[in-house]
Amino acid sequence: MDPSIKAQQNLESLEKQIERLKGFAGGNQDAIDQLQGLLEKVEAIRGQISVMSAWKRTELARHPQRPYTLEYIEKIFTHWSEIHGDRAYGDDPAILCGMARFLGEDVMVIGHQKGKDTKMKVYRNFGMPNPEGYRKALRTMKLAEKFKRPIFTFVDTPGAYPGLGAEERGQAEAIARNLREMARLRVPIVTTITGEGGSGGALAIAVADRVLMMENSVYSVISPEGCASIMWRDATKKEVAAQALKITAPEMKELGLIDDIIPEPGDGAHSDPDTAAENVAEALARHLHDLKSKSAEQLVDERYTKFRNMGQFFTE
Amino acid sequence: MAWFKRTSTDVEASDEKRVKTEGLWEKCENCRQIIWKKDLDANFNVCPKCDQHFRIDADTRISILLDEGEAEVFDERLRSTDPLHFTDTKRYADRLRAATKSTGRQDAIVNVQGKMDGKPVVLSVMEYAFIGGSMGAVVGEVITRAIERGIKKKLPVIVVSASGGARMMEGAVSLMQMAKISAALARLDEAGVPYISVLTDPTTGGVTASYAMLGDLNIAEPGALIGFAGPRVIEQTIRQKLPEGFQRSEFLLQKGFLDAVVHRKEMKSYISRALDFMRVQ
Repeated sequence: MDPSIKAQQNLESLEKQIERLKGFAGGNQDAIDQLQGLLEKVEAIRGQISVMSAWKRTELARHPQRPYTLEYIEKIFTHWSEIHGDRAYGDDPAILCGMARFLGEDVMVIGHQKGKDTKMKVYRNFGMPNPEGYRKALRTMKLAEKFKRPIFTFVDTPGAYPGLGAEERGQAEAIARNLREMARLRVPIVTTITGEGGSGGALAIAVADRVLMMENSVYSVISPEGCASIMWRDATKKEVAAQALKITAPEMKELGLIDDIIPEPGDGAHSDPDTAAENVAEALARHLHDLKSKSAEQLVDERYTKFRNMGQFFTE
Repeated sequence: MAWFKRTSTDVEASDEKRVKTEGLWEKCENCRQIIWKKDLDANFNVCPKCDQHFRIDADTRISILLDEGEAEVFDERLRSTDPLHFTDTKRYADRLRAATKSTGRQDAIVNVQGKMDGKPVVLSVMEYAFIGGSMGAVVGEVITRAIERGIKKKLPVIVVSASGGARMMEGAVSLMQMAKISAALARLDEAGVPYISVLTDPTTGGVTASYAMLGDLNIAEPGALIGFAGPRVIEQTIRQKLPEGFQRSEFLLQKGFLDAVVHRKEMKSYISRALDFMRVQ
């Protein structure tokens, strides 16, 4: 288990003990004051831990040795055959699409792909797709729908590429269309955030029946660095921004924005990719099994309701 | 004997007659002309000299697009819960309060049902002055409710965007609003109800990458900044200056992502014409 989670739990039990002692203090004002002081200290330590852990997890999510989509494909699926191109402009190496088999069943697999060495990093554009990547993804999702195959997507991107050509070819339109079309696909969709869930560039392949996050992945509307430079006008405030944005898996779960967390081995997925992949496979099998008992109408309805209910508000 | 019979008294200027010039003139950012405010108002807040479209508030927008009278505002009492308890250099809760005070709104959106050349429509207008028109849970919910009303009553839905994108201070909650609204638009589409997206200056980020680009028609005002990434981010990424007119309405029209660029004066009649074409048979 993550040491910071353990530390949080220890703090919680300390807090409870202090609360209990307060009961024994009776009318002794001095004792109550001392206990209050202790409570405040616990609170301050908790703040520090979560600052560390949000940023630490961001670093883990971006770890250069972290397994990328292709490694999960190799370890979890068989019969992988890649599908290229958006049939309009080109093929985007930052997004992989292809047919594969999962536990003997034909499925469509789609995911962001980063490169391991410099040459591949450039080739994969650091996992930042252009519009043709999203259009390729949508095209293959529709193919899966036509032949009633479930879809697995793997998210690991700093974000959609903010380049000149991307704007010219309609980055916004490509993402928007994916959001709308994924909402009404009539086959099961399971998304796994494996590393960085970078804003719209991640969401564009993540409107799914089940959205799972790996323990050390992050999912955010903006990068901590971006947020820090806009809100604090100081990019070095990234640790504080990471904490403020609530980007970790447990926080996302608590906000009701994701469905499940996949545990990672040891110091993170990179320390033991095989076990990490096993854990992912187990979660995918479990969720797909659930979803397969539902009719297409039920799937689409429940997916709608799920996203429909995201975000609370006061009414007065 | 005095030369004059009347002794002089001090001249007194009455308070009411004091001439106030502040707020009577406005400078056009494009052609730098000084314009008489009343002329500007009479000209739909468009510069009479160079046709620069000034940013306008939601109320002005509604009065330009809808027929006079009988407009019903709905879903106006929704307020943000500050889901992350977000604090940067200021508390988000304080930012919200300040924005409400300066704009008189609860959030950056207003829903209204009214008529356009006699045809009933649901209109959802963003308020740019409210934290940059950013989209959080409330904007997401209010627009979704406008779409759901459109589905239920079979009324065309028009959304006027003016926004910097998703609201950072609500983190991934605001990100998910993109999916929520787009999902609702899928249902509107299936119900065969028209959806017209009007893009005004500026429309960027998560708003462009969801409902602003999903109209049966996407129409923009001239010269509006429209894009996914902001110009500064792109310049930093590619390390060169962007060409003149990049990410402006006319550029997007040329690249094929807008159906029309329409002058503010003609916007109502253009949409009205489109609604005739799209009327449910």
